[in-house]
Amino acid sequence: MLLFLVRKTLWAAATLAVASVLVFAALEIVPGDPAQVMLGINATDEAVSALRQDLGLNKPVLERYFSWVLGMLQGDFGKSYTYSVPVNELVADRVTISLPLALLSLFISTAIAIPVGLYAAARRGSLADTGIMALSQIGIAIPNFWFALLLVYFLAIWLQLVPAGGFPGWEAGFLIALKSLLLPAVSLALPQAAILSRVTRSALLETLGEDYIRTARAKGLSRRATIWKHALRNAMIPVLTILGLQFAYLLAGTIIIENVFYLPGLGRLVFQAISLRDLIVVESVVMMLVATIIVINLMVDLAYLWVDPRLRHRQS
Amino acid sequence: MRTLKRLLAAALVTTAIAPATMLGTALAAKTSLIMGMVLEPPHLDPTAGAPAAIDEVVYANVFEGLTRIGSKGEVMPGLAASWDISEDGKTYTFNLRQGVSYHDGSAFDAEDVKFSLDRARAEGSTNAQKALFAGIESVTAKDANTVVVQLKSPAGNFLFNMGWGDAVIVAPETAEGNKANPVGTGPFKFGSWVKGSAVNLVKNDAYWGTPVALEKATFRFISDPAAALSAMLAGDVDAFANFPAPETIPQLQADPRFKVVIGSTEGETILSTNNTKPPFNDVRVRRAIAHAIDRQAIIDGAMFGLGTPIGTHFAPHHPAYVDLVNQYPMDLEGAKKLLAEAGYPEGFKATLKLPPPSYARRGGEIVASQLRKIGIDLEIIPVEWGVWVPEVFKAKDYDLTIVSHTEPMDIGIYARGEYYFNYSSDAFKDTIAKLNETTAEADRYKLMAQAQTIITGDAVNGFMFQLAKAGVWNAKVNGLWENSPVQANDLTGVSWSD
Repeated sequence: MLLFLVRKTLWAAATLAVASVLVFAALEIVPGDPAQVMLGINATDEAVSALRQDLGLNKPVLERYFSWVLGMLQGDFGKSYTYSVPVNELVADRVTISLPLALLSLFISTAIAIPVGLYAAARRGSLADTGIMALSQIGIAIPNFWFALLLVYFLAIWLQLVPAGGFPGWEAGFLIALKSLLLPAVSLALPQAAILSRVTRSALLETLGEDYIRTARAKGLSRRATIWKHALRNAMIPVLTILGLQFAYLLAGTIIIENVFYLPGLGRLVFQAISLRDLIVVESVVMMLVATIIVINLMVDLAYLWVDPRLRHRQS
Repeated sequence: MRTLKRLLAAALVTTAIAPATMLGTALAAKTSLIMGMVLEPPHLDPTAGAPAAIDEVVYANVFEGLTRIGSKGEVMPGLAASWDISEDGKTYTFNLRQGVSYHDGSAFDAEDVKFSLDRARAEGSTNAQKALFAGIESVTAKDANTVVVQLKSPAGNFLFNMGWGDAVIVAPETAEGNKANPVGTGPFKFGSWVKGSAVNLVKNDAYWGTPVALEKATFRFISDPAAALSAMLAGDVDAFANFPAPETIPQLQADPRFKVVIGSTEGETILSTNNTKPPFNDVRVRRAIAHAIDRQAIIDGAMFGLGTPIGTHFAPHHPAYVDLVNQYPMDLEGAKKLLAEAGYPEGFKATLKLPPPSYARRGGEIVASQLRKIGIDLEIIPVEWGVWVPEVFKAKDYDLTIVSHTEPMDIGIYARGEYYFNYSSDAFKDTIAKLNETTAEADRYKLMAQAQTIITGDAVNGFMFQLAKAGVWNAKVNGLWENSPVQANDLTGVSWSD
């Protein structure tokens, strides 16, 4: 177990180091000068070079790379060129939206998908199963932004129950803030739930075909008890993998939904920073996301060990 | 349908989301305004950045200059109550308003004006429009309420230039902090900024001039056109000075809750042409292009009908505008003949680099299909602004591109030989030089007309249309600007009728 953790940590550190070089190099190659973008087309060359000096862009590439990496190791992610505030502060603001949004949609999608997947597997071939599978197929096929627009039209414009978008901030009150995250969370969650319920169903069906399930049934255990005690836990491995992937996606890949609901989340921060050539923000946020995804993967690996004791023995 | 709607509403209200819905809807007499904007400003210091979004939040609201630009583009007194111009047009004496204080309570005086102008033109200045101050020889604070600005040579547009957002007056103590916490002299104070979401301004009770009717003004940033429409329809936003979804304008026009005002901007949208690069260095080729462009088709196809055709680089709403739209009427045969005379009877291939705005991307496709009719085969290359500026604007590595030149009164760029059009005309340069030295309005207008005629005669660029401003706001909101002679959302005259 210890060995496993040490190996995983070393692997993570190496991944981060490689990622930092790739991210930095990629943005170094992208054409476009942050100072020029900020000052626009009428700026004099003199003013642009003064700004480059202020931003520290005139220093050699290697010096900038190492000061960036050293800063990150000390928890300093640099200062945004455009906003002139520390990247940490910017990210902290955005995380208060992106993280609750990701957790809320993950909660909604799991709360729908696991029971539905279980139900469909337990009643394989029934009308209910066919219906659920057809619905989930539609759920996967519908783009989430289109579904989001429908939700906005019915709930925000027609019934005026929730705002059409925006985020008032948690200081406006927990319920008000939560309400403004509800539509985006649901629009993100439903397609995820569709995928997750299919995975749950097929994983469970596969386990139900195993010998030990037949044995359990043969020794007189009820169908329900077999599913709960023996099948479900073994079917969780693929479900956990998908959940890990989905969480990473929900944290960083929600730019379209953030646009539809004009939520100032992490995805939009990165998108904006790229178009404004706020390179330090792009670099630092991407590194934070890489680190987060590595941690999520590590947690998923640990969760495998927890649900499947055989893996635990293999590791030690 | 109505019953169903009620039932649905009732059902949903009883769910968990109910308690919060009750709060936001209590309506008192309105003294707050939520204004939608497409782009968020990167910071809030208009003296240290080009983005129009900065001025759209703070100009005239938070910061004021010596002069200010009114809704029709006229120069009005700002922090300078009046001014005297010397006979030779080189000395401007500004008489400042008294009893003006900054939002932090400190007093405003002539030293602040000297500081602000000197800072903008200093060597290490990062002012995005440093050229506005290039003509200043010296700034002297004669006494606490009088500032004397000495110019190197007469500049007829100096008072207009001092009305730009880049020329607002800031205090030395707070100048460096203005990016995050702007401190000005305007009728609104900076309240808070939820990054990525909104900027809040509150009324400045200690304002020197007419107090504003609004207690609170919020600028909310919504970049997605569909989201902008939803926000407007759901009542989350009271106004959009420039609505980003022109295709939905008819829907909003039909809705009695909203007022839709199609105004004009300073944005001359042109097919910029590299005047030194063959074959575009031949005026016959440029004229052929002018004959082949169908402006109305571009306006209809790319801008959903919003926009005014222009025949030169000048705003049609300006009194000195000359209508030259019909100088090169649509004439494909004539255009082909001109190309043949220039030595291209079969036409030629060229590139068209298009920056991101839809006027360029959508307009560019239409232009390409129009020019194909006279044998000019354009390869469309979409580019980001971050690439457009160094490649097209700086290095002039392009054949054709489409850009809206949004700076007010910017015909003078055609006199800069090194500007990216690579256009050089002594007659034009003379005209602009004379214009700069002329202060009498009638004479200035004559020179402006002359300048317009010269560039159209040379068919420097493909002059297409003036960008429209589709303002959409709640029908009960009064006092928002119809046109935008400067990039600003001046809220000083805004109020609600009940």
